[in-house]
Amino acid sequence: MNAGISMTSGIVVEPWILLSFCAAIFFIGLMGVLIRRNILIIIMSIELMLNAVNLTFVSLSGPLQDMGGQMAVFFIIVVAGVGSAVGLGLVIAMFRTLRSVDTDDIQVLKG
Amino acid sequence: MTTAAIFFYLFASLAIGFSLVTVLKKNPAVSAFSLVMVFFCFAAIYAILGAHLISALQIVVYAGAIMVLFIFVIMLLNADAPSFDFGRSHIALRVASIVLCAGLFGSFVWVFKNTALSPTLGTFTPDQVQSLGGNTKVLSTLLYTEYLYPFEITSALILAGIVGAVAIAKRGKSAKSPYSQGEA
Repeated sequence: MNAGISMTSGIVVEPWILLSFCAAIFFIGLMGVLIRRNILIIIMSIELMLNAVNLTFVSLSGPLQDMGGQMAVFFIIVVAGVGSAVGLGLVIAMFRTLRSVDTDDIQVLKG
Repeated sequence: MTTAAIFFYLFASLAIGFSLVTVLKKNPAVSAFSLVMVFFCFAAIYAILGAHLISALQIVVYAGAIMVLFIFVIMLLNADAPSFDFGRSHIALRVASIVLCAGLFGSFVWVFKNTALSPTLGTFTPDQVQSLGGNTKVLSTLLYTEYLYPFEITSALILAGIVGAVAIAKRGKSAKSPYSQGEA
């Protein structure tokens, strides 16, 4: 595979570098979920983790010569969009009830 | 190193930097705009890897629709109070989670570097994709043939998501009027 077709072949850098980059983004997102208390930033970190998984699918779809990975990314994008819409609706409901977006303020199970 | 690899490293380092800004900044608006930059960097990396349809979808859906939703909610709630007070109650939790993430990341990198894959290759070689009309055409054909049922079920999922989001964000029964406290 020469350099001329590397734009379309999918083997641009070594697969382990690509996968390590995806893992770095994923664990940055996981760190955000664990250490932040603002619910909006937690949802943003979840989006970051979903994007890392998407990039993992795409980066392995090239070397494996299989389009199933890119189709999976298509469906993950749809599910992530629905998930963030419902999650932001939950944030609005939480802010209306508690007047706060701090997750430490969620201390009562009763509505 | 090819030009594509140089651009990959450029956008990868930008994405890591902006995602750190997203996670660590106090102001949610700054985090949201950094997240937009991360999404654009990801779109560039998809394009470098040859996934052109996914790259366009990333910009349209994530950087367009989802981020507008985030920024809309941030402006609606006006919730820019900092929530990242170092050194008060949760310092042990913070150190533990950073150590956990770093350790897991290190072990993942070790596995990626030292595992030899012997995969069964699919039929979509780069030349095959080119002769079938390019990435977008191949994906679209697959979407309406092999993945038709998941695609249709996706529409039901979106409908359920719309109904669920409206039902959750609607004011509860305890309020007298649906629009009585309009300051939210």
